[in-house]
This record gives sequence, C-alpha cells and structure tokens, in this order.
Amino acid sequence: MNDRYELNKNLAQMLKGGVIMDVSNPEQAEIAQNAGAAAVMALERIPADIRAAGGVSRMSDPKMIRGIQDAVSIPVMAKVRIGHIVEAQILQAIEIDYIDESEVLSPADDVFHINKTRFSVPFVCGAKDLGEALRRIAEGASMIRTKGEPGTGDVIQAVRHMRKMQQQTRQIKAMDEDELFEAAKQLQVPLDLVNYVHENGKLPVVNFAAGGVATPADAALMMQLGAEGVFVGSGIFKSGDPAKRAAAIVKAVTNFEDAAMIAELSTDLGEAMVGINEQEIELLMAQRGE
Amino acid sequence: MKSVGVLALQGAFVEHENMLARLGVDSFEIRQREDLDSAIREHRLDGIVIPGGESTVIGKLLRELDLYDPLQSALQNGLPALGTCAGLIMLAKKVVSDRVSTADVLATGGEAEYFGVLDVEVKRNAFGRQLGSFATRSDFAGTDIPMVFIRAPFVAQCGPDVEVLARVDGKVVAVRQNNILATAFHPELTGDLTVHTAFVGMG
Repeated sequence: MNDRYELNKNLAQMLKGGVIMDVSNPEQAEIAQNAGAAAVMALERIPADIRAAGGVSRMSDPKMIRGIQDAVSIPVMAKVRIGHIVEAQILQAIEIDYIDESEVLSPADDVFHINKTRFSVPFVCGAKDLGEALRRIAEGASMIRTKGEPGTGDVIQAVRHMRKMQQQTRQIKAMDEDELFEAAKQLQVPLDLVNYVHENGKLPVVNFAAGGVATPADAALMMQLGAEGVFVGSGIFKSGDPAKRAAAIVKAVTNFEDAAMIAELSTDLGEAMVGINEQEIELLMAQRGE
Repeated sequence: MKSVGVLALQGAFVEHENMLARLGVDSFEIRQREDLDSAIREHRLDGIVIPGGESTVIGKLLRELDLYDPLQSALQNGLPALGTCAGLIMLAKKVVSDRVSTADVLATGGEAEYFGVLDVEVKRNAFGRQLGSFATRSDFAGTDIPMVFIRAPFVAQCGPDVEVLARVDGKVVAVRQNNILATAFHPELTGDLTVHTAFVGMG
C-alpha cells in the first residue's frame, strides 16, 4: 500500500500499551490526558447516555471536537456513523487524528462501510471476529478494535470478540498453505490478508479492546487475552471518581500481568459504573455492520 | 553493548526489541521499578531505549511507578540512551508546544516531568496533526536512511555540546550529546539498522 496507509498504521503502533478514553468536553479531555490517556475519543454523548437516550445518534459538533483538539496534546479521535462518507470528510477537514467508524452511532448505510482507502486520515473499526476485522482492513482501516457492547459496563462481548479473533488467528497460522484459499472463502476476505495472518500470526494492524471495560481488572483481562491496548468509554466518566479510575486503568494496562499491583490499583476506587447485563439490553449495537 | 533495557510503559517498544535482536543484542522490558533495580543489581543495564508513544503518558507513568529518579540519575551518570520521538521529548531539557496544556506547564514549570539530560529545546507535534505525518529519506551522520515522522517533534535549539546528526528541510531531527542519541523520527519502524547500530556502538 502507499506511504499514507503505512503512516496511519504507524500512529496506531504509537498508541499500543495505552488507554483511549471517551470524553465529552475539554475539561474531561484534560482530566483524561492528566490521568495518562494515550488518546481521547471526542463524542457528545458517551455510549451509556446514547443507549439511555435512544433516537438517532450522529457525528459530534465540529466545534466541540475543535475545543478538545485545542485542550490536549495527545491524539484526538472522533466517531462517524457506519457508511457516512460525508461525516468522515468533515472530520478529515478539521484534521482529526483518527476516525472511528462506529456501531455506537446509528448506521447511515446498512450495506456499505466507508471506502477508507479514499481518505488520508486513519480509521479504526470494530470487529467481532477475524473475518470482520480483515474486511474492514481491506476497506482501508489502519486499526481494529473489538466491538464489545458499548455503554453497558459488561465486558463479556469484548472478551468473546477478542477470544474469537485470537482463536481464528491461531487456526489460520496453523493451516497448511493449501487450505488458505478455502479459509479466505469462508471468512469472506481477500486471500492476501489471510496469507499475512498465516505468516505472521497476527493482524496486519494494531488490535485494541473496546466495549464494557469498567475496571483496572477488565482492562488487564483484555490485555492478557491479547489486546494491544484498550478503549474505555462510559466506564470512566460514569464512575464515582473519574480521574482516579482513569489513572488506575492506565497503570493496569502497563503492568497487566502484575496481580499484586492490580490489586492495589483496584482498591478504593469509588463506585464503578452501574452497568447493564448483556441479557437486559434491547439494542445490540455490536450487530451493526458485519 | 550486550544487554539493553527498553522502557515499556506505553508505545512502540516491541519494535525496538526486534531491532536490537537483529543486531544480536539482548533486551528486557522495564515496566516497573523492580525491572530496573534487578537489572542494575545484576549488571544487565548497558543502555536504555526510550521509545515512541505519548510523552505525557510515559512521563506520568515514570513518576507514578517510581522510575523517574533512578533513571534520571543513571542517565546523568552516563548510561547510554536512545530516545525516539516521544523519547527525544523525555530526554530534552526544554519542551515547547503550540498548545497550552497542563502537561506542558508541568514540563516547563516547577516540577520537572522529563529527564532534562539532553541540552536541546524540543517542539512537540511540530509538524502538526496526523495529516502532517510523513516518510522521507535523509542523511544521518553520513548515511542516507529512511525516516518516518509520526506527529513528530523537532529540535528547535541545541546547546553547545550537542552534535547535529540529521536535518530534514533545515530542521534538526537527530542529535547526540555524549552517550545520548535522540531522533525525532522512528528508526524502529523501518527495516534500517543504522541508528540502532550507532546506539549499540556507544557502550
């Protein structure tokens, strides 16, 4: 691929081992940066509120995004609706650092995702399994995240998606070369991407966990399952002490195998977001956009 | 240099470990105080790499994990170091930014957030946002090498003891002062071993 795509994948590499936090205003963005966020995701309503409010959920006001860009030195990301080419063009025009083509917003197109190869700014996309991840990469995504089930505070779907991706990756890696053509057919993805996974045992882009991460233990769990970093949405600013919880999650991601340290970090954090169990929700956002 | 510590708090540290492995140098990750202390005890710390990532994150974690003081004194005592991108910022005496944020105030004000062992002034995000990221080739101490800049800083001013090793468009992008080598670009993202070879040759 071209230089720009490589540079966009490179930026995701710089975010590895980091925590990307949802923020709704410049004050929250500064709290997040001071707590050690590697990047912030600017959005008007965090997923828990989107879920509660219902209705059509769209790209945020550029004014609000610019306010956050001016407040912090770390990269700023923002979400567009699946398939909404123009929302993505707008974010590119205001020089966003990363676009999240996100199932958390109401999809604009129920068939096509954005052709991300036409853009200069990088895209991160959600995926529930390896096939979905590789389809998004074929469309030009330079970073992947699990879909989880945003706004619930329930980590079960992020775990399911990450486990599934890792399991399928190991299967592809172990396959005989003769079997890769059929694997590409079954996954509904281009053969060259299957070949890459076979040779390298990993996705060709960075893979983060997202959806339902609410505690340092949740974040460390996702890292132990193979995530290269973590998105935390509602979990921080829906909790009792956002600054303290954010800092604890950052440290837990760096030292995700040190149980003694994570025990310390989990102590006295105040109230976690209440959350909703997977079975109790009516709208499964992760089903949006296969 | 036989064994190098790679600061692994956040960012692209694995890429550096891969480059060192290609040069036949052992590396180990420094994620917490004990990783550093045991390496010093066992005489395994011949040099340190401070990788690319987010300097605000790395700076904060250095303090919170009690790594800042011992690493700063090791650097002041001549521990060879390679800093890339955020690593350059961590090593610099002064950091300036076009945006004012709390982290910048901390960096330039009372509490020193960064190591301050390289006598340069560094401008953070000096080429703009991600759309300003670029790849090019340029001369590094006599060798033409590929250079990848990701939301990169550059060196705005150098002290008298600082040797300039590379420039791009007239801007200083690689420097050396005694045992400290720092680049605004990411040698760990290209296959080229020139910069890592220069680093390993320092000690």
